[in-house]
Amino acid sequence: MLVPWRGFWNPRSKAPGQEEERHVKANDRDYNERFTYADNHIKTAKYTFYTFLPINLFEQFQRFANAYFLVLLILQLIPEISSLSWFTTIVPLVLVLTITAVKDATDDYFRHKSDQQVNTRQSQVLIKGKIQKEKWMNVRVGDIIKLENNQFVAADVLLLSSSEPYGLCYIETAELDGETNLKVRQALTVTSDLGADVAKLADFNGEVVCEPPNNKLDKFIGTLYWKDNKYSLDNEKMLLRGCMLRNTEWCFGMVIFAGLQTKLMQNCGRTKFKRTSIDRLMNTLVLWIFGFLICMGIILAIGNTIWEQRVGRNFWAYLLWDELLSSAVFSGFLTFWSYIIILNTVVPISLYVSVEVLRLGHSYFINWDRKMYYSRKDTPAEARTTTLNEELGQVEFIFSDKTGTLTQNIMVFSKCSINGNTYGENMLPIIFIDSQKTPCVDFSFNPLMDRKFRFHDSSLVEAIKLEEPLVQEFFRLLALCHTVMPEERSEGELVYQAQSPDEGALVTAARNFGFVFRARTPETITLYEMGQPVTYQLLAILDFNNVRKRMSVIVRNPKGQLKLYSKGADTIIFDRLEPANEELMYTTSEHLNEFAGEGLRTLALAYKDLDEDMFDEWMKKLLFASAALENREERLGALYEEVEQGLMLLGATAIEDKLQEGVPETISCLTLANIKIWVLTGDKLETAMNIGYSCNMLRDDMNEVFIISSHTMLEVQQELKNAKERIMGPSRERFSSSQDVGKTDMYASDSVFEETIIAECALIINGHSLAHALEADLEQILLDVACLCKTVICCRVTPLQKAQVVELVKRHKRAVTLAIGDGANDVSMIKTAHIGVGISGQEGMQAVLASDYSFAQFRYLQRLLLVHGRWSYHRMCNFLCYFFYKNFAFTLVHFWFGFLCGFSAQTVYDQWFITLFNIVYTSLPVLAMGVFDQDVNEQYSLRYPNLYRPGQLNLLFNKRKFFTCTLQGVCTSFILFFIPYGAFLCAVRDDGSHISDQQSFAVTIATSLVIVVSVQIGLDTNYWTAVNHFFIWGSLAVYFAILFAMNSDGIFRIFPSQFPFVGTARNALNQKSVWLVILLTTVVCIMPVVAMRFLKTDLHPTQTDKASIRIKITNLRRVRRTSSRRSAYAFAHQQGYGELITSGKNMKVHTSSTSAVPSSSPGRTHSSGNWIENMLKKRGAVEAEETMDSGVTEHIRADERSEDSLETLYTH
Amino acid sequence: MKSEGEFVNQPDNTAFTQQRLPAWQPMLSAGIVIPLFTLIGLAFIGIGVALFITSQNIKVQELDYTGTATSSPCFQCSGLSIQNCTCERNFSLSELFEGPVFFYYGLSNYYQNYRQYGVSKDDYQLSGDTTYFLKPQSYCSPYQYSNNKPIVPCGSIANSMFNDTFRLYLLVNGSRKQVPFDGKGIAWWTDYNIKYRNPSPVNGSFAAAFDGTTKPVNWQKSAYELDPTDQANNGFLNQDFLVWMRRAALPNFRKLYGRITGGDYSQGLPAGNYTLQISYNYPVLSFGGTKKVVFSNVSWMGGKNQFLGIAYLVIGSLCVVMAIVMLIVYAKYKFPDNDDA
Repeated sequence: MLVPWRGFWNPRSKAPGQEEERHVKANDRDYNERFTYADNHIKTAKYTFYTFLPINLFEQFQRFANAYFLVLLILQLIPEISSLSWFTTIVPLVLVLTITAVKDATDDYFRHKSDQQVNTRQSQVLIKGKIQKEKWMNVRVGDIIKLENNQFVAADVLLLSSSEPYGLCYIETAELDGETNLKVRQALTVTSDLGADVAKLADFNGEVVCEPPNNKLDKFIGTLYWKDNKYSLDNEKMLLRGCMLRNTEWCFGMVIFAGLQTKLMQNCGRTKFKRTSIDRLMNTLVLWIFGFLICMGIILAIGNTIWEQRVGRNFWAYLLWDELLSSAVFSGFLTFWSYIIILNTVVPISLYVSVEVLRLGHSYFINWDRKMYYSRKDTPAEARTTTLNEELGQVEFIFSDKTGTLTQNIMVFSKCSINGNTYGENMLPIIFIDSQKTPCVDFSFNPLMDRKFRFHDSSLVEAIKLEEPLVQEFFRLLALCHTVMPEERSEGELVYQAQSPDEGALVTAARNFGFVFRARTPETITLYEMGQPVTYQLLAILDFNNVRKRMSVIVRNPKGQLKLYSKGADTIIFDRLEPANEELMYTTSEHLNEFAGEGLRTLALAYKDLDEDMFDEWMKKLLFASAALENREERLGALYEEVEQGLMLLGATAIEDKLQEGVPETISCLTLANIKIWVLTGDKLETAMNIGYSCNMLRDDMNEVFIISSHTMLEVQQELKNAKERIMGPSRERFSSSQDVGKTDMYASDSVFEETIIAECALIINGHSLAHALEADLEQILLDVACLCKTVICCRVTPLQKAQVVELVKRHKRAVTLAIGDGANDVSMIKTAHIGVGISGQEGMQAVLASDYSFAQFRYLQRLLLVHGRWSYHRMCNFLCYFFYKNFAFTLVHFWFGFLCGFSAQTVYDQWFITLFNIVYTSLPVLAMGVFDQDVNEQYSLRYPNLYRPGQLNLLFNKRKFFTCTLQGVCTSFILFFIPYGAFLCAVRDDGSHISDQQSFAVTIATSLVIVVSVQIGLDTNYWTAVNHFFIWGSLAVYFAILFAMNSDGIFRIFPSQFPFVGTARNALNQKSVWLVILLTTVVCIMPVVAMRFLKTDLHPTQTDKASIRIKITNLRRVRRTSSRRSAYAFAHQQGYGELITSGKNMKVHTSSTSAVPSSSPGRTHSSGNWIENMLKKRGAVEAEETMDSGVTEHIRADERSEDSLETLYTH
Repeated sequence: MKSEGEFVNQPDNTAFTQQRLPAWQPMLSAGIVIPLFTLIGLAFIGIGVALFITSQNIKVQELDYTGTATSSPCFQCSGLSIQNCTCERNFSLSELFEGPVFFYYGLSNYYQNYRQYGVSKDDYQLSGDTTYFLKPQSYCSPYQYSNNKPIVPCGSIANSMFNDTFRLYLLVNGSRKQVPFDGKGIAWWTDYNIKYRNPSPVNGSFAAAFDGTTKPVNWQKSAYELDPTDQANNGFLNQDFLVWMRRAALPNFRKLYGRITGGDYSQGLPAGNYTLQISYNYPVLSFGGTKKVVFSNVSWMGGKNQFLGIAYLVIGSLCVVMAIVMLIVYAKYKFPDNDDA
């Protein structure tokens, strides 16, 4: 299915002066050259070898931070204000630019490679009357190309002729729209007569006039002018680039659009650049820091003005005091800029590049994770964007597709009812366990069987072998009544190409039960019935559509009998049965209910013997109707209706829509992590609910399931209101109003409020109701109700609505949303949500290409969020806190020094130290922490989903945290400056010579700083791997090594003016008093932090912020409540269990009032009950744990060491 | 069972890629933090006491000779226009001032750390590169050229070199006996041996190397004749010059002038009355500064420094207090939890 509005964000859609109409003449390159049509060469790469440097630099300097440093660099070149040498800025800047450039270059290199690979694919082009091999990139508009089976179409091509009759050809459009079923394209009759005659094709000189290139995959308007005739062209005659030719030996086509102008390429609009909330916060904070920087500059400039006026002017004899500086105000102005230069390091230049490196590392960890690698498909998880990792730790809403995401999109023929008898494995609880051991039916009697097919009830095979006529007829119907295309690659190796997986499953079932569908021509169908070839004449296909909900075929069997076989939705078929079938109908109907209850998809089957005369007459009418020009569809429909009457019921089939592995467990685990999962599916209500039940999103012990499927706005509104009242009860009404009013700022109370609702409800809303509910008036109430429900399922939704729902939540809840899907219809929501996840491996690539992360199985989502996301968030937050702390501690020393050096913008440190501090001395330890740190290991992350909560509440890095860590930085800088100040006031060396000089002072402070920030990163590192050890100790070692190297005689002799600190390190650092100062400074900076952290884990209830206190109070209350039901049994059935017993049936009847709805099967409850109880028990334990809240991680880590104590803690 | 080729995309199973690197996971548990605080506290108190006592034992004698007060003997010298003024300060020591005694001059409110002042020198010149003698770097401006002649050593720092000189006399039986100052080796070894280099003599004459240059504006003598008594103590390797060129970090500073180690004074300054004769050249009153001289001896920790000792004592005590507080908090809030669990 195509997403119609995808065109909105296509950047290339409308450029002025574009072509308005396209003229293409076949086999006439000269003519076509006159227009500047794109050739078939595609280029997705951004740079070439020569343009790389200028373009990349230009792009990089568009970034705010880089431009800022460039400006700084320019400022530093002005001697009057240059308080720092130019190299302090240029070295880090060049380093940052280089790292980014290398990354961009590698990315582009891979793009070049993939372009190259596509461009050099071979195709066969008709040139000068001969078919020649040519690379794809050399194909031109107007060329006639030959395509062979299983080849990709090289460009957008007008189908001229094919190997199949009537110029038909089959294509698979998986790469285009994700649908794997076959689609049919048909050439114009006039062109299909050209056949494979190269001479005729070479003479073909038709001219196509058509629409200009666009991105609408399902639309094409054009006209072919040939031999003075006009033929209209539509999408049914086009083969688009990216399609694959199937079941067609060869075909010829004329290139209409090539290269970048093909519809596929026009659809590859660049995805919107997604940013994480931390990114946005970071940008805000950087702006704040700029403000802070300017404030400091102004303060110091004013200080300078005053100082110059009061003190400095008297110094003219000693200090530099030339005419330029004669005005104190002007001096202040210059000082402002000088201080901007000196203090620029509060905005860490390496911040952005470090963050990029971290995210890249986290992405690699996702790619490398073997627990997210699906061996059956050989598909590893892939982080397709490297910018969103930490947001994975903050997800609150998951929007999931159903087909192919929760389910495998594999249909399995699991049961059937034939003439009132059911066959297939029984799912009743007691036998359920045994059925695991029930051997699969042995189909070895059938040489043409599909080995992958499994069936557990041998009685059906017995029935077949006994040649019961109705059973045979049942499977004959399945083998005949369909539109599947067979493909026999070698003798007996059949592959079916089915339009829908359901059909494939049915035909495969028939195949294994001895009714092998072997070959098809337009007029015949050949079956192998129990090994005997039987050819049926196919007289008519009464095809399926959404209104008819059934399909029929009319065949003549070898005995000459006319038969109509029909399959379709039970209600439709039952309406058209012969009255004599009534009894069978009731039995079958009961079976159908049973099947539906187990979450199976059902179809009813029926047949009819046709009378020869009547059929002849009907056939004539049919031919007449199909030739009609007006109301053709309606007339045909009426005729079909006429013949599909008085059917004889054969039975029903039940197909299992197989869930992916571990889906229910994943959903429960994510629910425990307080992530809300909404299912958005294009499927029917019943199917969606079936799946809801089978993945535990809907449960029988839920208080209420609201189904909204009204057709008018007012009804929808009423239903929603009722639902809301039912959930909250009238007493809570005022809560909701306050919630409405204070929507934006009551985030914390909002969640408190939601959590107080204990009732478990579910909301199921239909597509047409959703259309109303999404309107401006109702969206708020929709959102309220939806957020109050544990489970939300939207069915029959369009791709656009999927995106709208995501958008709604994104807009009104300040929450991170994640959309997961596998098909082209999920692309819109994947692109809309904060994070888009594609399921790779099943259908086409469309969803994966639009996604940010992709993996093969839904269950990996749990790991992606709870392990990778949580770690990423935790690491990123710690990283940022430390980074800001470190830079404030480093830079603000200059501020304090300003008061003692006449505000002259004298730096405290050596210029080399300033250059290297961020990029050498302190960058690696914090990177190592950001890459490797684990507060809790992966087992515990998964075991206690509650640990995910801080991410959702944004607790680890927010403005408050930022203030705390910058404040810590400011205090550290204060201590770093004033303790040496006190000590150096009248310090002398132990040989009496002086040490209180500028350079010794600088070395002392710098050394203290490096030691303090190293100890601090040591404190922040929870997980000391060898790499951390290496980097932390290594950084210290490197600091001293570089310090002594730069203060050494040798380097001074080479560059006397660049390294003026010669000898300082050894003269200062051989003094005991200097080391005492460093020790004192370190201890004073670090010990309060240690004490605070220790006390915080002990006293945290009074330390945590007010919002979380409120949450905590409710949790405390809840703990008290739950304390009485420690036992899992009591907890699991806390509410609604009695109701389930007494009115459970009523509830089901109530919910099923809208349609045939699954009665829950006891078997499912049984199979999953134990498990759910365990999960709920665990939740109870975790909630009790929550009273210790932030301490929880510490406890857990403590407990990791003794597994025993843990068990007692969580199971008491 | 399956061939390896089927798992081409399977990620490697290494501790690194699977994030299972062995790691040390330290924790701030009570068992570590409280003893740590106690330990650091006690150690700091110990160091503090040692520092404090050491510092108390260091003797310091300070004499302010700025001459702001009219009663001060140097008052008449403090006027701006007065040249070649000499004044004397008397003081007495009641007991032996144990040696080795160091003699410092101190300036206050003097901003040697002012940025433009600090850069105002030519490192190439000072490392003896004669090409920069005739063409000093522009950092030295406005003390780059004087009367169109390049200044050597150029720049503000050199130009503002402290030029008061001192003589110390011990009054023995009414007569003055000079106490010699040893001005050798008062600069850093690295400054004397590496950082600063004199130009090589031209035709055997050291002064000739300075041909075509002029002395700094404020200097009375050229760089090559700073110390007439010792030829080696001239040029950029003059000890007083080196001491001056090592800029102070803070606006109040003292710099070493000489040691009193010679002969009779190797044990220190004996008790008695002393006279310090000051040739008062350096004006400080204009910017509200003060000048003083300091006699001091040193210990293993350097000069007298009360701050460090007190700071150690305070921090040490705070650590111990913190340890106690944490113990209380831990006992009060932690133990019940543990019992509960």
